[in-house]
Amino acid sequence: MTGLAIAANGLRKSYGDKTVLNGVDLAVPTGTVFALLGPNGAGKTTAVKILSTLIRPDAGQVSVGGHDLATAPQKVRAAIGVTGQFSAVDGLITGTENMLLMADLHHLPKAEGHRVAADLLARFDLTEAAGKPASTYSGGMKRRLDIAMTLVGNPRIIFLDEPTTGLDPRSRHGMWQIIRQLVADGTTVFLTTQYLEEADELADRIAVLHDGVIAAEGTAEELKRLVPGGHVRLRFTDPAAYRSAAAALAEAARDDDALALSVPSDGSQRALRSVLDRLDGAGVEADELTVHTPDLDDVFFALTGAPAVPAQPTATDTAAKAPAEENAR
Amino acid sequence: MSSQLALAVRDSSTMLRRNLLHARRYPSLTLNLLLTPVMLLLLFVYVFGGAMSGGLGRSAYVTYLVPGILMMTIGSTVIGTAVSMATDMTEGIVARFRTMAIHRGSVLFGRVAGSVLQSVASVVLVGAVGVAIGFRSHDASALEWLAAFGLLVLVALALTWIAVGMGLGSPSAEAASNAAMPLILLPMISSAFVPLHSMPGWFQPIAQYQPFTPAIETLRGLLLGTHIGNNWWIALLWCAALTVLGYRWSRAQFDRDPK
Repeated sequence: MTGLAIAANGLRKSYGDKTVLNGVDLAVPTGTVFALLGPNGAGKTTAVKILSTLIRPDAGQVSVGGHDLATAPQKVRAAIGVTGQFSAVDGLITGTENMLLMADLHHLPKAEGHRVAADLLARFDLTEAAGKPASTYSGGMKRRLDIAMTLVGNPRIIFLDEPTTGLDPRSRHGMWQIIRQLVADGTTVFLTTQYLEEADELADRIAVLHDGVIAAEGTAEELKRLVPGGHVRLRFTDPAAYRSAAAALAEAARDDDALALSVPSDGSQRALRSVLDRLDGAGVEADELTVHTPDLDDVFFALTGAPAVPAQPTATDTAAKAPAEENAR
Repeated sequence: MSSQLALAVRDSSTMLRRNLLHARRYPSLTLNLLLTPVMLLLLFVYVFGGAMSGGLGRSAYVTYLVPGILMMTIGSTVIGTAVSMATDMTEGIVARFRTMAIHRGSVLFGRVAGSVLQSVASVVLVGAVGVAIGFRSHDASALEWLAAFGLLVLVALALTWIAVGMGLGSPSAEAASNAAMPLILLPMISSAFVPLHSMPGWFQPIAQYQPFTPAIETLRGLLLGTHIGNNWWIALLWCAALTVLGYRWSRAQFDRDPK
């Protein structure tokens, strides 16, 4: 089972005169996690819908699980599991009944169907709620049931379209746990996300989708190498202080309008201290100091020129918005 | 090919079980839809009946009314079909079915089978109300009862496919309910409540050849021994035409790429 689980070439799709995908190439090795990253409306969902046989592309060759999408969609369907962005559970029936519905559609023998359903419900911490209608579940529970249903047929390739959108931080971390577990079992996972942190956290390879094309692709490390390194950003309110600081830190990039300096730095304690010492030597105090290590946000920003997506509660930045003297301690 | 058929039967019956589970879990939806024909039956017999029956007498009017009410019951039941089909389509579960290696048409077949069963059950319930308030057949033979049953099933099948098409074509449950309205309004302008000859002359052809009147007249003939004439084949023609039309319309809509 080596080679590519998903291979797409020149994928195109437009709705009317709006081009959503404009020649997308994808290659996802078997047994890896692949993240398609992009802002809202970048075409991530369209890509997943095409790869999972839900809609047909206008052009392009796609092979999923070794089967050609155009000529053998049923074989593709037999190999995949899909959890879309919007809940695909039947709210009118119970969790167990949803699972048994999937078991029946996968043609599992009755006893095995019951066993698989019970196992998965237990694995996703839904045993207690199994007898209640799915419409009464919380967002996180629905998402877990959704994924549990996707796993009934033991798919080799799983598509997860924004699996954590709309989940609270705790459910989100739970979902990450689930995804890691899937990969540990040898499943290929194709996920989309608008959260850089999530892609960084989970994916072996990341592709940034922007304006219908892949703007960059690689491991998180490779992508981070595409952008300049980290820096310490100093902001001043007093133009005089700004000028003396700029004189003291000659290597800093100046932003005269914002009265801000960007000092290249690896963000270490030693580097930070040297910057602060030099500021002390010049007798100036910055009004705001932030340490910025390169992350996927920078990559995203550099590649797309778009403002980064909504910040996540747990930012990877070590940001401190406080007077510089407090930061020095 | 036979394995395709086996797959279709197996997956369709799974879908049917799902729909029946819905109906069993939420009987209020089905019962609500029964309310209209039962109310109309009681209203026309006990309130308007005296004026409308033209001196026929109450028991004779009940007998006249029931076949039409039974057909109307089917129209009413399939409104629920259109609504639940539309609801299904707006939820993610059908998208999930589409990405699974199941028989493509099973979602629709299961829905149609469920709706026909539901229609039959509804007809039996409303028929029981009719019998309770005095409806009696006029010496219908077993064969005539069987034919009557078969006719009701065919009408249910035809109207269900149309309703499924309406449900698929509607963006929301409300829109589906509105789109399916004619299915309960058409019986009002058929021979269900009053005989055709009491209608204005220009309107009689419309009332006579719309789908419900021939079916109602055929049912009357089978159960009450009235003259059927050409109504039976017009009714069958309507059933066949609506079934084929509804089926093709539904399949075309379902096979189209979702938005």
